Amino acid sequence: MKRILILGAGTAGTMMANHLNHELDKKDWQIDIIDEKEEHHYQPGYLFLPFDIYTPDDIIKKIEDFIPKDVNLIKGQIDIILPKENVVKMQDGSEISYDILIIATGAKIAPEEIDGMKGAEWQQSVFDFYTFEGALALRNKLREWQGGKMLVHITEMPIKCPVAPLEFAFLADSFFKHKNIRDKVELTFVTPLSGAFTKPKATAALDHLLEEKNIHIEADFAIESVDNERKVIIDYGGREIPFDLLVTVPTNKGDEVIARSGMGDDLNFIPTHKATLQAMNYDNIFVLGDASNVPASKAGSVAHFEAEILTENIKHYIKGEPLSEEFDGHANCFIETGGGKALLIDFNYTHEPVEGTFPFPGVGPLRLMKESRINHMGKLAFRWIYWNMLLKGTHIPFVSSHMEEAGKNFN
Amino acid sequence: MEKEIAGKMISVNDEGYLTDFSQWTKEVGEAIAAENNITMTPRHWEVIAYLQNEHKNNVALSIRKIGKSNVLDIKEFYQLFPQGPLKTSTKIAGIPKPASCI
Repeated sequence: MKRILILGAGTAGTMMANHLNHELDKKDWQIDIIDEKEEHHYQPGYLFLPFDIYTPDDIIKKIEDFIPKDVNLIKGQIDIILPKENVVKMQDGSEISYDILIIATGAKIAPEEIDGMKGAEWQQSVFDFYTFEGALALRNKLREWQGGKMLVHITEMPIKCPVAPLEFAFLADSFFKHKNIRDKVELTFVTPLSGAFTKPKATAALDHLLEEKNIHIEADFAIESVDNERKVIIDYGGREIPFDLLVTVPTNKGDEVIARSGMGDDLNFIPTHKATLQAMNYDNIFVLGDASNVPASKAGSVAHFEAEILTENIKHYIKGEPLSEEFDGHANCFIETGGGKALLIDFNYTHEPVEGTFPFPGVGPLRLMKESRINHMGKLAFRWIYWNMLLKGTHIPFVSSHMEEAGKNFN
Repeated sequence: MEKEIAGKMISVNDEGYLTDFSQWTKEVGEAIAAENNITMTPRHWEVIAYLQNEHKNNVALSIRKIGKSNVLDIKEFYQLFPQGPLKTSTKIAGIPKPASCI
């Protein structure tokens, strides 16, 4: 009996457990998955929590409800991966050996990377919304906040879901309008990038939306520190921006276990072949989702497309066949723009987001790069798809793991 | 497209980054620096040489990497190339604008 061991039962790991459970012969293979947590969080829901659009119940379920019964769920903390010995050591001292290892340990925020970020004002006037606790604390703050200077801020790239900070700014604009205090809020989007997003055509569209919603943009801002007393953020060039309420996306890093195991880069992301998802230095290790350093967005949609391709590659690897270099960096993201509308973008390693229709070329019904109500309905419907299809590894009809070029206006 | 820089026709993209590093010379770098109101000093050139070398070795450049480079710290990087140092310095160095952003 051989063993496939999956580290992490988040979006990526859970999808992989379901895929492999369907595909592998249980006479030959045992599948184990390790996670220290009890709960599975629908992370895209963190965006809606601060605005009282979702409640905690909408976004939290039990991990074990999504792990197939033939897959062995191990609850515990991982101490270290010993890749040369094909062993994972647990903090309780036990050791688990594997034939194939899939690392899906994700990414998390590291506010301690920036001087003063996790200071006296943390969760007083400085908040994150990339954790459940942060999003909830921010919700409580926003319920009573009466206005002032609000910054929506990105510390450094890469971050999970690079569109989420923009969506937060758009939803904040709507939220304050709804509360009739929009005129009392000065809303500014602060980014280390040169514009709203990482890809030029989408940046142009999004910059325009920011302007339309009277959200100022402070670009090229590489934060050095947060001054808790004066309530300003300061960049390396000495530029200062004052705030009354700072909503920041701190530095994102891979899990500490990756650092302890000596397998990551300077942000604990694992060097990974971007088309096969095999770890650069170890043939029997594969990396899925946010844990890898592949130059694709760190997002659930990416992990979903990766999982379909990785499943094929695990089968190839088991049979001793060459791996297929199939993953193209495909990402597909709804961007909430407030007021019950959303944009949809679809892109990959080589093609930036453009206008067009999705998923049916020339038909839609979803429109790419254009605000619409049906896109917003798509975003809300996605929570159902996530819990009921995505995690279970059910293929989503008409949505291919490769990016479709038809129906898009590349020029 | 082509642009005249330091008296030579140089291939650049629409943001002004060189598309063919073989066309780069110190004079070209100097002219791009001048366009960005930067007067090059020996220290500037050391940093440019470091960036070019990193690019040659396929190292993805980022502000964080510069900070850990032992060549210079981020503060100094900003002093040498104010306002978006990574963007300006890579343009002067004749290498692509870093895609440190996904």
